[in-house]
Amino acid sequence: MGLTGQFEANFITTTVDNAVNWARKGSLWPLTFGLACCAIEMMAAVASRYDIDRFGAGIFRGSPRQSDLMIVAGTVCRRMAPVIRKVYDQMPEPKYVISMGSCATSGNIYNSYAVVQGVDRFVPVDIYVPGCPPTPEALLEGVLRLQDQIMKKKVFVKDHTTVAA
Amino acid sequence: MKIPIGMEDGQNHLIAQKIQTAYPDFYIGATLFRGDLSIHIKKEGVLVISQCLRDDPALDFDYPIHISSVDDMGGTSSGIGKNQTASEDRFEMVYELFSVRKKHQVRIKARVSEQDCTIDSVTSIWKGANYQEREVYDMMGIKFNNHPELKRILLPDEYTEGYPLRKNFPVEGRGWRDTFEFLDQGDTATAE
Repeated sequence: MGLTGQFEANFITTTVDNAVNWARKGSLWPLTFGLACCAIEMMAAVASRYDIDRFGAGIFRGSPRQSDLMIVAGTVCRRMAPVIRKVYDQMPEPKYVISMGSCATSGNIYNSYAVVQGVDRFVPVDIYVPGCPPTPEALLEGVLRLQDQIMKKKVFVKDHTTVAA
Repeated sequence: MKIPIGMEDGQNHLIAQKIQTAYPDFYIGATLFRGDLSIHIKKEGVLVISQCLRDDPALDFDYPIHISSVDDMGGTSSGIGKNQTASEDRFEMVYELFSVRKKHQVRIKARVSEQDCTIDSVTSIWKGANYQEREVYDMMGIKFNNHPELKRILLPDEYTEGYPLRKNFPVEGRGWRDTFEFLDQGDTATAE
């Protein structure tokens, strides 16, 4: 190609997908959704010792309209389910869900009439973080894996693999 | 009255004697366990005895610490032997009372049968009994006569599976936890 080796070192090439995904993954705004003890570990992950902001996911919002990542941290009771779904529906696209801990993932030991056996029964989940509760490092790992997933997404091409809940 | 192992007879306790003399028709017995007095009464007497416990200046029970219920399928948690008539009723109401001024405490127990699953509400005596009785109604299905607002408190009003704390209730419920009727309504945020 005639362009090969023609530019100085201050010039980079990439794809639009790559650029958009890079921007998205580096600016995750999580929604505070602490339901139980996992929320304590989530708070620890935000605080100075673990500092989730190093990975661009530090601005926790109280409103779903300003967030694009919902971290469901804790036991999901059946009465909470419509609230979680409503909050999820209020988040603008693109949006991601992390199921944090055994309870949100599968109900854990709470095989009870009132506990939903996994939040993925009514919202689509991108990343499951195991643990009871997961350590802040585990949540950070979950965020990093989510960022890997985001980098693989097609921004402008139709993505037929996306499953609607 | 049969006293189970580990418990002492509470008959000689002053509060028990007071109730026995005042309401011999409703009094069944009393037990002591590590200093805690439990008075067993008939459920028909719960209102008059509660009134007495609150208004008698020597008793002065002004604070209902906890009101709960037990489903032991007519068993022996109350300490009353199987051969006695009172033990055949399935449920047991437990009233934990405290006197802030006198600093003494008592437990009142009354058995409620499955067929006639009602007992008089004590909300007219202690206002604090309101929510606690509603929780008993919600979880155990015991109905309280003359309760000002007897409806479910923890579970939703439209819950129809029964009373979860009853011993014959399946632990995983009857399908409510897996039914998400809200998914069919409104926007479901599908990807384009």
